[in-house]
Amino acid sequence: MGTIRISGAEAVIRCLLAEGVDLIYGYPGGAIMPVYDELYKFQDQLHHVLVRHEQGATHAAQGYARATGKVGVAIATSGPGATNLVTGIADAQIDSTPMVCITGQVGRHLLGSDAFQETDIIGISTPVTKWNFQVTEASQIPEIIAKAFYIARSGRPGPVLIDITKNAQFDELDFSYEKCTGIRSYVPVPKLKLDKVAEAAALINSAKKPFIVFGQGIILGQAEAEFKAVLEKSGIPAAWTILGLSALPTDHPLNVGMLGMHGNYAPNLLTNECDVLIAFGMRFDDRVTGKLATYAKQAKVIHFEIDPAEVDKNVKTEVAVLGDVKESLAALLPLLDAKSHDLWHNEFKELAKIEYDTVIKDELNPETPGLSMGETIEMINKHSKGDAIIVSDVGQHQMFACRYAKFNSTKSNITSGGLGTMGFALPAAIGAKMGRPDREVVAIIGDGGFQMTIQELGTIFQTQVPVKIVILNNEFLGMVRQWQELFFDNRYASTKMINPNFTAIAEGYHIKSKKVTNREDLDAAVAEMLASKDSYFLEVMVEKENNVFPMIPTGACVSEIRLS
Amino acid sequence: MEDKTFTISVYSENNVGLLNRISGIFLKRHINILSLNVSESEIENVSRFIIVVNTTEKWVQNIVGQIEKQIEVIKAFYHTDEETIYLENALFKIASSLLFDEKQIQNIIKDSQSTIVTVSRDFFVISKSGRRSEIEELYQKFKPYGIMQFVRSGRISVSKEKMEISSLLETFK
Repeated sequence: MGTIRISGAEAVIRCLLAEGVDLIYGYPGGAIMPVYDELYKFQDQLHHVLVRHEQGATHAAQGYARATGKVGVAIATSGPGATNLVTGIADAQIDSTPMVCITGQVGRHLLGSDAFQETDIIGISTPVTKWNFQVTEASQIPEIIAKAFYIARSGRPGPVLIDITKNAQFDELDFSYEKCTGIRSYVPVPKLKLDKVAEAAALINSAKKPFIVFGQGIILGQAEAEFKAVLEKSGIPAAWTILGLSALPTDHPLNVGMLGMHGNYAPNLLTNECDVLIAFGMRFDDRVTGKLATYAKQAKVIHFEIDPAEVDKNVKTEVAVLGDVKESLAALLPLLDAKSHDLWHNEFKELAKIEYDTVIKDELNPETPGLSMGETIEMINKHSKGDAIIVSDVGQHQMFACRYAKFNSTKSNITSGGLGTMGFALPAAIGAKMGRPDREVVAIIGDGGFQMTIQELGTIFQTQVPVKIVILNNEFLGMVRQWQELFFDNRYASTKMINPNFTAIAEGYHIKSKKVTNREDLDAAVAEMLASKDSYFLEVMVEKENNVFPMIPTGACVSEIRLS
Repeated sequence: MEDKTFTISVYSENNVGLLNRISGIFLKRHINILSLNVSESEIENVSRFIIVVNTTEKWVQNIVGQIEKQIEVIKAFYHTDEETIYLENALFKIASSLLFDEKQIQNIIKDSQSTIVTVSRDFFVISKSGRRSEIEELYQKFKPYGIMQFVRSGRISVSKEKMEISSLLETFK
């Protein structure tokens, strides 16, 4: 393969292009300027989106990755530019999002000298990256960037950070690019053992009350079709974690709802009734399991998982099937007996009716003067028909969005699950819309989280990206307030929000906006928002002190789920 | 589950920053490392970490899983004391005058099967390899006479079972 003599900075751009990257998010600064200079020259091939804060770059890259399945790329300068990436990197790590972050660094001769804008971003990012590396010589760039993309997207995906010293950007190298296809110390996908699949199948076939729980692994593994086939043949009820949401259409008859702290009544209660619990691509997070000592103790657990470190980490398995879930599901399908489990499904239906009567009915048809979050989401469903990508932030509105939003297709629910990063949604929606311009993208955000990354309205204005923004404003940090009400005797410490005029702020960024206070205006406002070709900002004033139910209090058992 | 002593062996690429990555796994779980030894292994460019911790088997399983997950780690194992042959090394620096003034010192050296590494006009250095208890015992014996300096290495160990790192690396080629 021939080489060309170019600068390290140009090599960075050529590497990105070779990896199929056409869109990156970032913010310039001193130590990354040589790369920005090359971005200027390559702007017709590689589009750079200037965000308003580096955290926004990471969340936008995450939103892009989650909506497209491709690697998101964020770029920043050294020092504060790099440290501002950390929250997004941590979020991507815990939610297994493929992302490559590139940071500038002071010149090699200045490393360790406390130079201007020098931080040890390798040290800082180590615990929250799948891999990181400091490049100090231009000649290292092609190999390291190739490794970065390979590591970020292979196996269980995750964030990778590459820190490039300024001298390495300026110096020249003989450039050629070869994609990375393997690293000897890294096994991204464990080899599937067919005897384990057979063992799992036998256990599933013998089960009287089998129950499937699935997570983002189905989406990351692009195994939606295989999953649906297994589900439909086996007739087993299936419930999702919030990151698994949208892997299976909401209205699928075998979809029994959401697991965990604010999940549905039936799947939580019946977790402790099933005889075989089959987990696909999920990690038994504490928000899903509640108290581990009383979680599904009666059940034999089968875990289909790509990451060996997740097996037996929280829940002891009877059979662990390691490997790529798409392959495992395909191997499992022919071994399963066709069943319907009607009586068992009836148990789910009865409990679902109890939840509908005591919680959902009132949430969707409230008698309170203020609007409810649930009815707002339902109104979005009515107009989007379940075809929108919903990007939610963190808090009560997130739980309502996940509980009530309807999804017809996969990769449609984008939310910060593991880290619970307030401020995630606005920039993530920008990335999602840029990744999938063919789809409607609706960000659902609370009045608290919105103000954590509100500056990204500037990015929306500058790029004219047509995202729809819905603020569910209860003038409280609602989730914390709910906990204060339930567990801290109504002591509302620092949860009341005195908010600015949000629509005026949106107008300031030339984003069309509307505020809805009355129920009768909601329908038309949502219709107008979704019909808009441009970005649109909709503020909905909701009941101040509504709670999200059902709820499993922290440390309680899944069967102790409360309806009120 | 009760706490026990476990020896964790890690074979990895020899890369800057990996020690930080591995020690962070212990830090995150608030587990103290009792001893740590990192050196080049029998395979070129492959490092071996030997880490001793006192914790539960559940935690050590979790930690080894997390360590092995790191990109540059080739393989990680854990063993109980019964499953390994292990040693540490210690150096004692003692005033040379004692070697002549205190007859007992020579007997202690002979009995403990330690070796004299060097003798100078002012001090001599004794090296002793063995288990922690043997080194402790020797320390207690020298102590009344005065020890100028004492230093102890981390644990090194080999497992009784086979560790097939070379063949693991072969399969990659």
